[in-house]
Order: sequence, then structure tokens, then C-alpha cells
Amino acid sequence: MNITTILFILLSAMAAGSAIMMLLNKNPVKSILWLIVVFFAISGHYVLLNAQFLAVVNIIVYAGAIMVLFLFVVMLMNLNADSEPAKNYRLHLIGVISGGSLLLVLVSALMKMEMQQPVQMKIGDAGLIANLGRTLFTDYVVPFEISSVLFLSAMVGAVVIGKKD
Amino acid sequence: MLLAVDLALIIEKLVLIIVVVMASLVIAMYTTFAERKVAAVLQDRRGPNRAGPFGLLQPLADGLKLFFKEEIIPNFSSKFLFVLGPGLAMLTAMMTSAVIPWGDKVELFGRNISLQIADINIGILYVFGVVSMGVYGIMIGSWASNNKYSLLGGLRAASQIISYELAMGISLIALLMVTGTLSLKEMVVQQQSGYWNIVYQPLGFLIFLICSFAECNRTPFDLPEAESELIGGYHTEYSSMKLGFYLFSEYINMFISSVIMATLFFGGYDIPFVDETTLTANTAAILGVLALMAKVVCFIFLFMWVRWTIPRFRYDQLMYLGWRIMIPLALFNMLVTGGVILYFNK
Amino acid sequence: MQALTNRISQVSRKPMSLWERLYLPAIFKGMMITFSHIFKKKPTINYPEKKRPFSPVFRGLQILNRDEEGRENCTACGLCAVACPAEAITMEAAERQPGEEHLYREEKYAAKYEINMLRCIFCGLCEEACPKDAIYLSETFTPADYQRKQFIYNKSELLIPHPKENPEEYKKALGNRPVKAEVK
Repeated sequence: MNITTILFILLSAMAAGSAIMMLLNKNPVKSILWLIVVFFAISGHYVLLNAQFLAVVNIIVYAGAIMVLFLFVVMLMNLNADSEPAKNYRLHLIGVISGGSLLLVLVSALMKMEMQQPVQMKIGDAGLIANLGRTLFTDYVVPFEISSVLFLSAMVGAVVIGKKD
Repeated sequence: MLLAVDLALIIEKLVLIIVVVMASLVIAMYTTFAERKVAAVLQDRRGPNRAGPFGLLQPLADGLKLFFKEEIIPNFSSKFLFVLGPGLAMLTAMMTSAVIPWGDKVELFGRNISLQIADINIGILYVFGVVSMGVYGIMIGSWASNNKYSLLGGLRAASQIISYELAMGISLIALLMVTGTLSLKEMVVQQQSGYWNIVYQPLGFLIFLICSFAECNRTPFDLPEAESELIGGYHTEYSSMKLGFYLFSEYINMFISSVIMATLFFGGYDIPFVDETTLTANTAAILGVLALMAKVVCFIFLFMWVRWTIPRFRYDQLMYLGWRIMIPLALFNMLVTGGVILYFNK
Repeated sequence: MQALTNRISQVSRKPMSLWERLYLPAIFKGMMITFSHIFKKKPTINYPEKKRPFSPVFRGLQILNRDEEGRENCTACGLCAVACPAEAITMEAAERQPGEEHLYREEKYAAKYEINMLRCIFCGLCEEACPKDAIYLSETFTPADYQRKQFIYNKSELLIPHPKENPEEYKKALGNRPVKAEVK
């Protein structure tokens, strides 16, 4: 039981706990705030994996930009617990079935995995910015470029939608 | 061993943290005073001069007044979030100072003590991450106030900060292409031996400067608290020290962004026209801290000078400037920088 | 429409030139203007330490005068009260008793003399009406107070300090008022 393990357990508990809180909260604004806590816990995990670049980018992009936009929209629409539409029984049922099957898939996949070292703490250096850049532009250059084309098309789409007529 | 760490290192870092936090609080306090004085001087007035000699005790009086004011928490608001808002604003404002190299190493009690709390290899990204978190304090506080003016102020803050963060990030990328490192300490060391980065990145600096005005919610970008249309903006419902925290965090942000600009573009603790290697370590460190502070004072004066000169933008002008001018300019700057680097490295 | 003055200037609606659209030169110009104000002389006077000199015709708070032996000039004739357009002055007369000659200059004196400073308009007609040089308007303000009744000034507040017992205060209260010829 070294300090990394303790931190790992703490961060995992934090991530899982705030994810549950996010789901249980009726108020959308508070749900988003819990989701931000989840992102912070995940960034903590990245730091434990010696991937500081990923950790910071996770905070900048997800917690700092995307969640701000979510919060922005929710605040602008003024969604409250009482304005939430009443879900009917069938929707509940469908949700339980689809969520349960996802859980089943995840659990079965995890069961099949060989449990050796679950995470490589502090030894991997793939997350450092220099190595990450090198890997992205040598080994994974094709997926990287494809995803960049995807982003470009998304941007063009956003501009087209955002343009007046 | 569970906690096999150097005890002296912990003490050293703790002392450094306390010093930095206290120093930035005191500087922020006196920035409020300086703001009033600068405003007065620019408008042919005298400014506060009653409390103490030259009015130097004015910030203490202001702080005391804020502490003794009545705490008002509006009904129908989320009390926890209402208190969390100003706390978060203050926290994020203070957190940035962790990666700033305040000076070179000092030799004390036979130890080499670095005047930087944490030299992490992604320093500038850390600053960027914390800055992007800074908007939450304003947004949460404005939402929890349950007041339409607050909410509008918070929404304005959010969209403004997100819009200008992009241009700021792109201008930083150009700078990173020049320096080739993310560590703030490395950047200062490079600038000590070579030219300051402002020489390589004048346009990048201009973009960064304008964006940091917007990120700090300073005039001409102070639309989140535009009092002519939004009463007090996001802090309409706040009173007492919670209001003080919001106002204070604005001044700390101003101080920190001045430090960042001085570090990134103006050599940080580099003393101009002086070769630091000829001095002893301690004098070099102390003079370096003073040099950094002198640069910071110039930047803070610039912030105030602009505030008392330029009127506030209209909101559509702000968005136009952010998306249609700053981002293309920053992209252009990045392209040109990349092209020049490619040309010279051939 | 016929212009009333010849100072009208037409607003220019020309599209801005590139230099103007750059916006930064204009900002720089504005900042230079504000910067130049740093070196300008400040018109503010630090009030309690430094006082702006009053003009010689300034009409401030009334003072009831004494002669140089310290006797009150006022004979309670009531001319000031009659002259007062704001009806701020009231007084009660009394006869001088034997043995009070060092207090009052003439046989009749004002036992009570009150000026309501909230009514007073500081026109100075009382000073002009007075045949005995007993009342004049000094070079001070009426100080602020919390209660209305505090603004009804009675004799103890209006009388000038005694010239024999308290010569410095007397000098100060007299101010640089030109000494009028003694009215007999």
C-alpha cells in the first residue's frame, strides 16, 4: 500500500461517487457541477499515470470549455427540477434494459481480461507531451489525420448552420 | 516507507507557498488602492489620501468595511453554491501562482532553494487550465443568486471567456513553437541568454494582451459586470466579504496575468542588459525578483491606464472582435511563425 | 430648417479608412491623452488642511459684535428683524440694570437674540439695517448638524469672543473685515 495506491483509491471513489451524484441529482445545473468533479478525478488519474499533458488537456477541453457550454445552455434555458418533463413507464423500462445490457457487456469484457497489473503507475512516459506528439505523428498518423478531417467537417458544418440563411 | 519524502523540502515549499499567497494577497490589496489612485491621477483628481500617510491604509479600511458588512444570502437561492461561487473564484485566482518562476535559486542554510513552487513540464498549460476554470466561480455565483441580472452577467462572462480563450491558446501555440518548451522556467532561462520573446512574437503578444484583458473581465471587456445595464452583473446579490472575494479575485487575476505576460514575453526575472552569471546567486535572485516585480507593476499600470481611457464594448462588438478578428489574427500569426521556423531550420 | 446658429457641423458618415478601422491607433491616441493628464495640476484643494480664501464680499455666518471694551453693541432695536426677508431673526429686549455698564454699551440690550440658520438666506440685509454695527456676516460657514433645533443659533453662539479676555479668538472672529467708523 503505497501513496500512489491510496491516491488511486481516493480518486476512483471520488470519480464513481460524483458520477452517481450526477445521475441522482434532479437539478441539471448541479448534475453538471458533479460531472465537472468527475472530470477532475479522471484528470487526477492521468497524473497518476504520468500523463500530465492529457490531464491538463482534459481539464482545459472538457471541464473548462465543454462543461461551460453545457452550463451555459442549461442556465439560459433555466431548466429546473420542476420543469423536467414527467417520464412515462415505458421510457423507464427501455432505459433499464439498455443500461443493463451495457453493464452486462462491460462486466463480461472485464471478466475475460487477465488481471495482471491493472495500471502502470508512474512508469509509462507515453503521456508526456514530446512522446505523445511523436507517437501521434508517426505510429498513429492516419487515425490522427482522419480525426482532424472529422473535426474540420464538424467545424464547417457549424459555420454553415450558424450562418444567416 | 509510506511517505518517504524530504522533510526540509516540504517545509521549504510550504514557506514558499505561504509567502507567495500572502504576497499576492497584499499586492492585490494595494492594487485596489493603486487603481483608485491611478484613476484619480488620470482624471486630475487626488484619490484616497485620508487613511494613513498618502492614504496608504485605505485598503485595510476597505477590507475592514467589507468584513463588518451584513451578510445577505437571498432566499430561493442555493446557499451552498452561493457561497461556493466566490470561494472558487478566489481559489482559481490563487492557484495559478504555483507554476510561476518568481526568481532564480537562492542559497539559504546551505540549500539551493528554487523560487518556484512547482516546475512542472506543462507549466503554461497548467496556467491555461486554471484560467479556464476561473469562469466557474462567476457562473456558479451568478446562477445561485437567482437574479436575472446576475444570470445575464454570468452568461456573458462564460461566453466571453470561452471566446477569448481560443485566441489566447492559439497565440500561445505560436509562442511555444518558438520556445519549444512548455515549462515557464525553461522559457525564462532561454530569454536570459537570448532575446526576449516579444522580439519574436510581437503580434502574438498583442493578441495575448487583449485576450488577457478579456479573461480578467477588465475594461473594455468588463461586460459581465456592466453596471449601466446589469446593475452589478454577476455580483449583484453579493454583499460583505463574499463580494470582497469577487473583487479581490479580479485584482489577483490581474496581477497573475501581468506576471504571466512578463514571464512569457518580457523575460520574467531576467534583468535587462545585465549578465546574471557575473553576480552571486543570492543577489541575482533578489534583483531578479525585483526586476519581475517592476515589469509586473508596468503591466498593472497598463491595465489601469486602459481601464480609465477606453469605454466598454457593446456585446456584439466584443463577440465580433473575439471570433472574427482575434482568432484569424492568431491563426495567421501561428502560420507565419511556423513558416519562418521551417524556413530557418532547413 | 433654418439653423439657429452657425456652429452646426454635419456628422461625417464616410466609411472608416483602414487606418481608422485598425482601432489601435485611436486607442493609442486616447491613452496618450489620459497619460498627459498625469502631469496636469490638480484643481482639488485638500480642504481641512488648506482653505480656499473667501472673497471680501463673502457673506457667511452672522456674528454679534462687541466694542473694543467688550460691551455688546446690540440695542435690540429690531431693525434687523424687520429687514430680514426670511424672517429668521427674533429677539427680546431688556433694560440695562445699574452695574451692568461693562456688559452692554447702551441702556437697552437684547436679552434673547436668535437666528434660525435654516431660514437665513445670508443676504446681509441685517448687517445693512443695523445702525449700531452690532451684527455682521462673517467668513465662515454654518457647520452641519444632526438636529434641526441645533440650527437656531442663540446669543451664546452668535456673540463674538471678548476682546479683552480672549483677544486672539476675537481677532480670528473679526477676520479681515474692514473696521467701520464707530457709530455714535
